[in-house]
Amino acid sequence: MLEGVIFGICALGAVVAGITVFRVDSMARATFALLASFLFAAVPILLLGLSYLGILVVLMMVMEMLIMAVFMVMYMMNPAGLMPMKMVHNNKASIGIAVAVFVMLAAGVLLTPWPAAVTAAKTAAATTAMGTDADPTLALGMDLMGPHMLVMIVIGMVLFATMVAVVVLATDRGRYERFGDDLRRRSPDDPVRGGLGR
Amino acid sequence: MTEPMLWKMLLGLILLGALGYATAAWSAVLRAKSSGTPAVASWSYPGRETARLLVRQRTASPGADTMLSRIGVVLLPMAAMMAILVIPLGTNAITDLSVGVVWFNAMEVLAWAAVWMVGWGSNSVWGLVGANRFLAQGLAYELPHMFALITAGVGAGSLRVSDIADHQGHLWFAVYMPVAFVVFLLSGLAFSFSPPFAQAFGADIAGGAAAQLSGVDRLLLRTGRYLLLAAAAAMSVPLFLGGGAGPLFPGWVWMLLKTLAVLAVLVGAGHRLPGVRMERFTEISWLVLLPLTIVQALAVSIFVLLGWM
Repeated sequence: MLEGVIFGICALGAVVAGITVFRVDSMARATFALLASFLFAAVPILLLGLSYLGILVVLMMVMEMLIMAVFMVMYMMNPAGLMPMKMVHNNKASIGIAVAVFVMLAAGVLLTPWPAAVTAAKTAAATTAMGTDADPTLALGMDLMGPHMLVMIVIGMVLFATMVAVVVLATDRGRYERFGDDLRRRSPDDPVRGGLGR
Repeated sequence: MTEPMLWKMLLGLILLGALGYATAAWSAVLRAKSSGTPAVASWSYPGRETARLLVRQRTASPGADTMLSRIGVVLLPMAAMMAILVIPLGTNAITDLSVGVVWFNAMEVLAWAAVWMVGWGSNSVWGLVGANRFLAQGLAYELPHMFALITAGVGAGSLRVSDIADHQGHLWFAVYMPVAFVVFLLSGLAFSFSPPFAQAFGADIAGGAAAQLSGVDRLLLRTGRYLLLAAAAAMSVPLFLGGGAGPLFPGWVWMLLKTLAVLAVLVGAGHRLPGVRMERFTEISWLVLLPLTIVQALAVSIFVLLGWM
């Protein structure tokens, strides 16, 4: 009963905060409305008994959205996102896209054959196999990627390599700018001096 | 919520407040000493400052985002109060979560949101510069900080703070993992934007994120900062200094004594060291502290596999 009430409040809160993102006129407020929506969404994860994942969502979303706020303010065209601005554009198409995505996701919720009784058995099997007590985080992990762990690890490495590559490609200063054409400069020539006294 | 839980919460908040007051008073004493004025009056300085700020009127700048700014100043002390929920006082935490270390980290990261809201909300260039400085500092300290927290968790094989404290029966984790301990203390200073990591509120940018704050808003922000530093010191005790373990006295006495000692060291270090700019600290953090903490985590993992701890 109490769980149902908490879930209801958070579900409603997440939707209302999500709508607020498009109703406010400031980049900062939109960011924090989106953050609030994510935090509301973290509570149902806690209700599922996935305490580690739930708190991790809070931690990651706060950090991520704050960095995002800086970038969103920075990349807005007119005076740098500092001024009041409209949060919607391309209205008609975006309404269509939003409705289509909602219908798809809602259909997914209704059409997915949720393993009601199987889950409990599987959880028990997974946890006894790992020799620990019934830890829902472990069970979820086994369920999500048990047989595909190798694939997931490879994907993780590929993602990381992509991030490094993108940063390397995006920066306009490589090692030749920093250490000279023959890479012989002892200390790098950087616009901002770092803390290591190089 | 049960009755004893409420009492525990009240006691925890009172103790946190007392520790925060002690932190503020001790830094006032150190300031008085270095400027050559009598230090005795400094012990009441936080109290007098509180009274002064309480009766002072709020200033309002045009175009300020008052809502975000107010949320920010309230969020900061609240983050510290929520962070201490998992810290055991002797044997008793207010709520001993199985993922207490992650909880502490999540609550302390709320300071990012709080400071940025305050800096942005004041609609002042200096406020925004200070807010962005704090986020840059956050990106610098956060990864080594997380590795330091994880290392303590790996050492005890648990993320429950009381488990980590109990695991240090024979030897403190500060001895097993000195790098993680030092990094934790550094990041404690950094996330509570205390000196030497106070550039986000520096005099060079007219007070930075707090440039436009006055009255009760400024009081809340400063309270939040001291409470965060006190929470960091209190957390370092169960993580690295054996929690409430010690001879003669009961656990909670040792817990408080150790916390006060850590606080004295942190405030003293902040008073002596020159300010660390965030772009300098970023290079130090990513090129020196991050590899060191990873090696430290690896070493501790090997200790655990070998059964040495």
